[in-house]
Amino acid sequence: MKARIGVYVCHCGTNIAGVIDAEEVAKYAATLPDVVVARDIMYTCSDPGQNTIREDIEKHGLNRVVIAACSPKMHENTFRKTLESAGLNPYLLEIANIREQASWPHFREREKATEKAKALVRAAVAKAKLLEPLEKRELMVEKSVLVIGGGVAGIQAALDLAEAGLKVYLVEKSPSIGGHMAQLNKTFPTIDCSACILTPRMVDVANHPNITLLAYSEVVKVEGYVGNFEVTILKKARYVDEELCAGCGACADACPRKVPNEFDVGLSKRKAIYVPFPQAVPLKYTIDPASCLYMKYGRCKLCVEACPRGAINFDQKDEEVKVKVGAIIVAAGFKTFDARRIPSLGYGKYRNVITGLELERLSNASGPTGGAVLTASGEKPKSIAFIQCVGSRDLKYNSWCCRIGCMATLKQAFLIKEDDPDTEVYVCHIDMRTAGKGYEEFYRKLREMGVRFIHGVPSELFEDSDGKLMFKVFDQATCHMIELKVDMVVLQTGLEPAEDVERLQKMLNVSLSPEGFFLEAHPKLQPVEASTRGIFFAGCCHSPKDIAETVAHASAAATKAITLLSKGKVAVDPLTATINPEVCSGCEICIGICPYRAIQLTEYGGRRRAKIVDVLCQGCGSCVAACPSNAIEMKGFTEKQILAQIDALTEG
Amino acid sequence: MSRIEYPANIRVIRVMCSSRIDPVHVLYALKSGADGVLVSGCHPGDCHYINGNHRAKRRIILLKEMLKQLGLEPERVKIDWVSASEGERFTRIVKEFVEELKKLGPNPLREGIWEV
Repeated sequence: MKARIGVYVCHCGTNIAGVIDAEEVAKYAATLPDVVVARDIMYTCSDPGQNTIREDIEKHGLNRVVIAACSPKMHENTFRKTLESAGLNPYLLEIANIREQASWPHFREREKATEKAKALVRAAVAKAKLLEPLEKRELMVEKSVLVIGGGVAGIQAALDLAEAGLKVYLVEKSPSIGGHMAQLNKTFPTIDCSACILTPRMVDVANHPNITLLAYSEVVKVEGYVGNFEVTILKKARYVDEELCAGCGACADACPRKVPNEFDVGLSKRKAIYVPFPQAVPLKYTIDPASCLYMKYGRCKLCVEACPRGAINFDQKDEEVKVKVGAIIVAAGFKTFDARRIPSLGYGKYRNVITGLELERLSNASGPTGGAVLTASGEKPKSIAFIQCVGSRDLKYNSWCCRIGCMATLKQAFLIKEDDPDTEVYVCHIDMRTAGKGYEEFYRKLREMGVRFIHGVPSELFEDSDGKLMFKVFDQATCHMIELKVDMVVLQTGLEPAEDVERLQKMLNVSLSPEGFFLEAHPKLQPVEASTRGIFFAGCCHSPKDIAETVAHASAAATKAITLLSKGKVAVDPLTATINPEVCSGCEICIGICPYRAIQLTEYGGRRRAKIVDVLCQGCGSCVAACPSNAIEMKGFTEKQILAQIDALTEG
Repeated sequence: MSRIEYPANIRVIRVMCSSRIDPVHVLYALKSGADGVLVSGCHPGDCHYINGNHRAKRRIILLKEMLKQLGLEPERVKIDWVSASEGERFTRIVKEFVEELKKLGPNPLREGIWEV
C-alpha cells in the first residue's frame, strides 16, 4: 500500500515557533514525496491538536503520521494513543524532535534552526514511509516489590505496597530500620517527637504479613527487567540467632568492649554486641566483628555465658537470599556533609563546634546526655550561634540547597529558647528559606521569641582561651560587621548523595543527576520513575527533602509500583529483533552477543538456525549490527529505515 | 539544564542503544557526504542494555582502523559517552568535534572531491 503521510509541525506556543518558522517547515513538508497533508499547529498535544490529526486520518486516508514537536520521550505515547483512537496502528508514527534538537539549542540562530527542523522532518518522513504496523507485547509480572532502604521513605513505601496486597522485601543495610529520622529529636514545625511518630510505623513493618524485612542485608545483584527482576540479597551474619534472640540485652551488659556509637554520631559508646537504639526493629542484637574481642583475639565469649537463650552463634555465615520481584523502589537516603572539609570553621578542632545532627542527639531525651545540651566542659551554653548552609549553596562544595537546614535550625532554636528563654541564639544565614505548610509562620514565631537572624555567614571561627568561639560576620541586612563571642556553634551541614548510590546506580542501570542523586524520568511529570521501567525512587536519594515531602514521594513511588503490577501483566513496546531463518547461516555470533540470553538455536528446514525469544528480547539491537548475514531485523529501527534517514539528512 | 547552545550543523538519528549502530551506517553517512559521525551512548558500566556500549566502542575502534586503510581520516568518526543528565557534556563534545572537523576540512568523499 502506498504511504499517505500527514505531517504536523507543532509551535509548542513559543517554545518552537519563537525560533523556528513552523509555517515554513509545514509548507516544506507538503512538498516531500508521499506527504498528503502538512499543517502547523499551536499545541499539537492538546485536544484540538489531536482531533485535527484524527480528522485528517479519516478524511485524507492517512496511513503514516509524522509529528515535528518535542522529544519522543515526552509525547511519543500520547500520539501513539491518538493514532490508535483513529484506528491506525500506533507504531505508524514517527517523531521529529525539533524542540530539544533545534529550537532550544539553536535559539540564537533562527535560520539555521529552521533549516535543521526541515532536515529532521525530511528524515522522519523518509523513515515513516518504511514504518510497519507492530503489535504490543504483554509480559506477566511478579506481584512483589523490592524496597531498598529502611528509612522513613522505605518504611512508608513498604507499608503502602503491603496494604495494597503486594508482597514486599524491605532491605536495610544497618541492623535496624529507622534511618536518619530515628536519630532526630523533634520534627518541624509541629515539634512532634520524631521517634514517637516513626517507631509505631517501624513496628507495623515488622508485623505486616506481606512484608519480609531483611535488615543488616544488602542487595548485591539485580538481573531481569520490568515485572521480572531477579534480586540477590546478602544477609550479613549477626552472629546472633534471630529466632532465639529476645532482645533482652544481657549480652551487651556483659560485653566488656566499648566503641563509638554510630547512632549517637560518636557522642556515646556502645558495646561490640549491640542494638543501634532501644526501639530498634528488629530488636535483635548484632555482633560487630571489627570490635568483638572474641572475633579479633579468640578470647572472651562473655556474651555467650550471659545469653539466657543460647542465641549467640559465632559460626553464623553470611547468607545469600534470592527473590523475584516485579518492581524495585530505591529509598537509599542521604548522608550529611562532612564539616571537616571546611577547616576554617573549626569542626573537629574546636570542642564547642558541633553539627546540626549532633545537636539533635544531644537534645534528644534518649541521647548521650539525656537531652541536656551541654558544652564540652559540661555547662549549659548561654549563647549559641547557628551557621547555615555548611557545604551547601557553595560552588566549592555542593551547589544545591539542602532544603531542610533552615527549618532544622528554627526547630533547634525553638527547643533551646523553650528550655531557657535567656539563652542568646544567633542564626547566621545566606537566606532563610521557609517554604512549606506552616513553615513561614514558625519562622515568624522564632523572630518573636528573640532569636537574632544575621544575614551573612562567617568564613572563619576562632577559639578563645576560655573555650568560647569568636567570629566576625557581615550582616547584609544592616550593612554592619558584627563580632560575636558565643559558648557553642552549630554547623548546619548539607545533604549529599548516600555512599552506595553509585554502586546501586550501576547495579540497577539507572541514571544520576550531575549532583549524584538519582535521576527521574521527567522532572515534572514523572518525579518518582526511573527511566528504566519498573524502578522507582523515594525520598532523599532522589533529591534533598524534608520528612513530609519524603513520605509523599515514597507514597507516590508505591502507588506507581502498585499501578504497574495491579493487572498482573504489563504491555511493553514491540520494538524487538527478529531473525529471518532463510538468511541465517547458524553461525551463532548473535547468541554470544545478546546480553539477555534471548537467542537460541533451533531447527529450521533440517538446519541449525538462531531464533529470538521475543519475551526476553529488550530491543537493544546489538545482534542486528553483529549479524554477518544481515539476517536480523530490528522492528522500529530497521536497516532500511536508518539508511533512509541518513540519506535524507545528508541530502542538500 | 536546558537551552544550552551547540553548533546547528549536527543532525541526530535516534537508536535504542549505541550497539544498534552498524559500522556500515557510519560508512554510509560518510559516503553520503557527512563530514563526521558521532556515536554516543551511556557511559561504560552504565549501559541501559547491560553492555551494548562496550560492543559499540569495539566496533567503532575497528572501524577507525579501517578508515585509515581507506585513506580517510579516522578523526571523522568519534565515539563518546553522554548520560541523560549531561547536557553540558554533550554540548562540549559536539563543539569540540565540530572544531576538529573544521580543521580536517570537507569530507573528500563528498561529490566532486573524490570519486566513489
